[in-house]
This record gives sequence, C-alpha cells and structure tokens, in this order.
Amino acid sequence: MTDVLDPPVVHESHEPEHEEHHGPTGILKWMTSTDHKVIGMSYTITSVLMMVIGGIFAEIIRAQLTTPNNSLVSLAQYNELFTMHGSVMIYLFMGPFAFGALANIIVPIQIGAPDMAFPRLNALSYWLYLTGSITMLSGFFVAGGAANFGWVAYAPLSNSVNTPGAGADLWIGGLLLTGFSAIFTGVNLTATIFYLRAPGMTMFRMPIFTWNLLITAILILLAFPVLTAGLIMLYCDRHFGTHIFSVAGGGVPVLWQNIFWFWGHPEVYILALPIFGMVTEIIAVFSRKPVFGYKGMVFATLTIGALSLGVWAHHMFTTGVVLLPFFSIMSLLIAVPTGIKMFNWIGTMWRGQVWFSTAMLMAIGFLFTFLVGGITGIYLASPPLDFFTHDTYFVVAHFHSVVMALMMGAMGALYYWGPKMTGYLLNERIGKVQFWLLFIGTQVFTFPMYILGLRGMPRRIAIYPLHPSWQYLNGVASVGAMLIGLSTVAFLVNIAYSWKKYPAGDNPWDGHTLEWFTTSPPPHHNFYRLPQIRSERPTWDYNHPGHQAAAHGHLAEALIESDVNS
Amino acid sequence: MLVGLGMFFGVMCLVYWLWSKEQGGSVMMLAGMLLCFLPGSYYFWWSRRMRPRAEDDPKATQASGAGVIGTFPGTSIWPFTMGMGAFFVVLALVFGIWFLVPGIGLVGWALFGGTSEGRRGGKH
Repeated sequence: MTDVLDPPVVHESHEPEHEEHHGPTGILKWMTSTDHKVIGMSYTITSVLMMVIGGIFAEIIRAQLTTPNNSLVSLAQYNELFTMHGSVMIYLFMGPFAFGALANIIVPIQIGAPDMAFPRLNALSYWLYLTGSITMLSGFFVAGGAANFGWVAYAPLSNSVNTPGAGADLWIGGLLLTGFSAIFTGVNLTATIFYLRAPGMTMFRMPIFTWNLLITAILILLAFPVLTAGLIMLYCDRHFGTHIFSVAGGGVPVLWQNIFWFWGHPEVYILALPIFGMVTEIIAVFSRKPVFGYKGMVFATLTIGALSLGVWAHHMFTTGVVLLPFFSIMSLLIAVPTGIKMFNWIGTMWRGQVWFSTAMLMAIGFLFTFLVGGITGIYLASPPLDFFTHDTYFVVAHFHSVVMALMMGAMGALYYWGPKMTGYLLNERIGKVQFWLLFIGTQVFTFPMYILGLRGMPRRIAIYPLHPSWQYLNGVASVGAMLIGLSTVAFLVNIAYSWKKYPAGDNPWDGHTLEWFTTSPPPHHNFYRLPQIRSERPTWDYNHPGHQAAAHGHLAEALIESDVNS
Repeated sequence: MLVGLGMFFGVMCLVYWLWSKEQGGSVMMLAGMLLCFLPGSYYFWWSRRMRPRAEDDPKATQASGAGVIGTFPGTSIWPFTMGMGAFFVVLALVFGIWFLVPGIGLVGWALFGGTSEGRRGGKH
C-alpha cells in the first residue's frame, strides 16, 4: 500500500456508524451469523471434512482391490462404500466446496459488495447442506446400511424391491436437502453479481472467478430442479406405488437416466467452472500478468455452460435408445471452448514472471491432469470407443483424472485465498510436499486404471479373478491412492503446523482483484474503502500506479507490460 | 445473456426433437429454454426502465455509488431454525410421518419469525 498517487477514495458505507461489528461470539456466532465470510468458512470446514470422509472410503476401496479375491470388506459393504464415496465426493464435497465455500467468501469481496444479496437465504443454504450431509451419511447407522446402488441410482436397481431399507431413502432425502441448498446458492450468487457490484465494476471488469461463478449459478438453476424432480419421482416409485421408472406399470426405466444425466452432466461443469475460475486467478497473479484473452475466457465459459446442457446422453450411449450423432457432436464441441481456456492459461503464463508458490504449482498440476482427463473425455465422446470402454476402469480413470485435477485446483485455491480467509499463510515447504504427493499420486493412481479399463476390467467389482496384469496394475493404482491420502494428511498437518504462525498481511501475493485491497480477514461488510475501478485488476492498478492499465490483457499490452516488468 | 442462452436452448430443443423424436430430453430442453427466458426477460424488462447504474459506468467514481445499498441483517437465528425444520421434514420421508410435526412446526415458526424480522429490518 505504498506509492499512492491518488488519494484513497472513501467508500460510503451504508451504515458508517457500524464499522465495528458487535455480534454474538462462539457457537452462537456460527449458528446465527448471516455474514457471507462466516457462512463460507462453515462451508469450507464442512466440505473439507466431507473430503476426508470420502477419501477414507476411497482408501478402503483401493485397499480391497489391491489383491484379487481380497476379503477386507464384504461385497455388500463394498457396494455401500463405492456408492457413498461417489456421493460424498460429488454431492457433499466438490460441489459445495466449489460454489458454496470459496464462492461465498470471495465473490462478494471481488465485486466490492458488502455481503451476498440475500444473507439469510445464504445461511439457510448452509444449514440445508449440513443437514443433507448428515442425512446421507446417517445411512451407515440404519438397518441394511447406506445406499448401495451407485452414485447414479439407476432404475430399476434403486426401486424398493431391489434396494429396500432406509439407507436409500436417506440418500434421496440428503440429496433433496443439498439440492435445495444449491438452488438457493445459485439464486443468491446471480442476484449478488447482477446487483451488488461496486461503482465502476462493469460486467467485463469482473474477475474471471466471479464470471465463472455467475455461469455456474445459472447452470445450477437450470440443472438442479431437474434432479430434485427426479428424486421426488424416485421416492414416489419406492413408496407410493407409482410406476414412473418401472416397466411393469408402464413406466420407462431409462427416463431416470435421462433425468439424472440432464442434471449430472451440467453438474460436472458446476464443479469444474468455479475451479477453472480459481485456477485463472492463481495463474494470472503468480505470473504477474493480466489474464490473457479475458473476453475469450468469458465467452468460452459461456459456451461450455450452454453446451453442457445438450450432452447428457453421452453417458447413455450403450443404452441403445439415444441419438448417438447428436450427443457425440455436442460432446466433441465442448472440447473447443475448453481448449481455448487451456491456451489462455498457457498464454497468461507465457513471458510472465512465474512464481512457483504452492498455489501456482497446484494450478500447473491442474493443467496437466485436466488435459489428461479432457483428452480421454474426447475419446469417450466417440460412440464406438465408448461402446468398447463403457463401464470399465477407463471411464473411472477418465473421471478421476478430471476430478483429481479439480482437487488440485481446489487445494491451490485454499493456499491462495486461505490467507485472505483466515489472515494467516500456510507453510510453503509442507505445501510443496503436499503438491508433489498429490500430483505424483494422481498420475500413479489413474494411469494404471486407464490400462486396466482397456484390458477389460469392469468398474464396481469388489473382487476380480487372479490375472497377473490386472493384479499388478491394481497394486500400482492402490499405491497412487495411498500417496493421494498422504497428501491430504500433509495438508491437515500443514494447517496444524501453520496455525496462526505466519501473519499474511492484506496482500501477500501482490494480487490483482478487490479482495486483496481489504484487510485479511476482511471486516464486517468487507471494505472500509475501495479504489477506483478502471480495469479488471483494480488492486494491482492501485498498487502499481506507473503501469498502464492493461484492459483485458490483449497480447500486445500484455507483452509490453511483461517487458516493463523484466 | 440469459435470453441468448434461452434462444440457444430453443434451437437445440428443436433440432433434438426433430432428429430424435425422444420426449424426455426434448421436454427438459424446452423447460431449460423457458427457465432462461423467465429471468432473462425480467432482467431485460428492468434494464430498459432503470436509470443507468454506477456499477455499469466504466468511469464511475466510488463516490457516485454512495448511499444505502440495502439492509443486511448481521445475525439471524431463523435460517438455522428453518434448516432444522427442513431436516425433520426429510426425516419424515424416511422414518415416519410423525417427524412432520416438529418439521413443519419449525419451518412455520421460522417463516413467521424471519418475515417479522425482515419487516423490522433485522439486527445489525
């Protein structure tokens, strides 16, 4: 905050007499707060806890598969484990982490807003998420165990004859709650971004993270109601004697797949787009350059969002009742905007002064791992290849490449924004250990699974016959999973080790966007003052007044600036 | 943007319907289109009637946005109450209809409490 040319402009707070907030403390603060930062922290803590729980399931699954005919868990337990691993990771960790935790904390600050548009609705979202998580996980404590029909709950396996018991109902109930939580968050984010931007923060000056969250929020609003409707139909089929998904009563089982994937594929982007945004911010800041191709990035995200609603049946190629060319073309088209993003990320790093902090390493790890996941996704978009690999470990490996990339992006974001959220930095040395464990672990974990898939190993099997190449590859994959587990341990150790040890200051990374202008952690209602907003990186402009504002990071300007820097 | 997205889904819906003759997906795409048009046309309608806002002016100064943005409650117990109510309602789906009694009770209480708190402007 030195070298200030223009006098700081005081932001007229809407309640200047309440600069200091006097609210309840302790448990009552967490229960009653409507401050988006407190709710966001609740989201962060809960979702990281869910990640640990889902991770433990994953480690048990991999331990079971290390050797053929293993008897670590029973077949029924294995079904519960892989169902709940998928459900916890998708519904309870990655989604809420992406659009609940960091979005909640960072988006209002990035656009200079005092809070989310509907603070109490925001709090309700969190409570629905928490109770939904408890509901789903409590399935382990009822007779018959937790849901065991896979995280996709295909009909007719999920009906009351094939899956009786309370576990499945708890799964449906938990999803209803978290579904509503997501819808409310979507409403909140959309309203916040449209109506609570600071003066001068035009739509095309919003940070890419905020843009991506806006598009994510719209996708949530389009996709989640479909899932909720489907779940209610499923519940009616199970308990009220309707036959929506059963052939016996004139229903159509494949309708469930249509409904589920009409939500399920946008959901992949609901998880991914926020992480794309996080990675964009990290790469720009640690390359000390504006985002390369800002508008291209925004339109690529919009295109991904639009296309993602027309590709659902590429999960259903082998059902034989979907229009193969339509869904194949649409799925292949998504590779175009995603490729644009990939090049923009590389373009942002190009000739920048790259600072290999833990967050940046995680972002680069994301790029590599996501590329692997994305390209294998293009293979799978081709029906002939999908017929060959469907329901094999190839699909599992593809999906895990994608989500482990997202995991790296999420970890990078915690290293990047953690100081803003808590006021304290994490240890970089342990962070780098964590990165290498996670990065190497992910590749060691996924690559054998690709080969296993091509050699015909089906997914969701607890035991497999003695087969030398399968056994060897499964062993390697389990070692990779163990490394990933160790990286999570390193993360938790880092939190404990760095606890209130390294004060961060307001702007430890020389950041670009408005959240680095306020204190760490930000005060109640976020800002005492705001800088003039003249580009998409107002804090950088304020801290480096000699620089010409590089609007939207066009190539020429970006190159001129990197020359000035070097 | 939303209207554009809605038009895209409209075109997609038409193409998909004419090509596949499959009802489920077409209906969902149609609904997706309408879901875009609904808020999209609302925003469009308002954007024609609103005064230009400081946040859309590229040369706005911070002072130009001065004034009351809105009332933000500092703390509120009602979201928690309503969340617990919804929890009990969902448990009623699984464990027995009697869970609806505390569930709907808590939701109703929270609706009432939250609304009256909103009228007062909430605590800061």
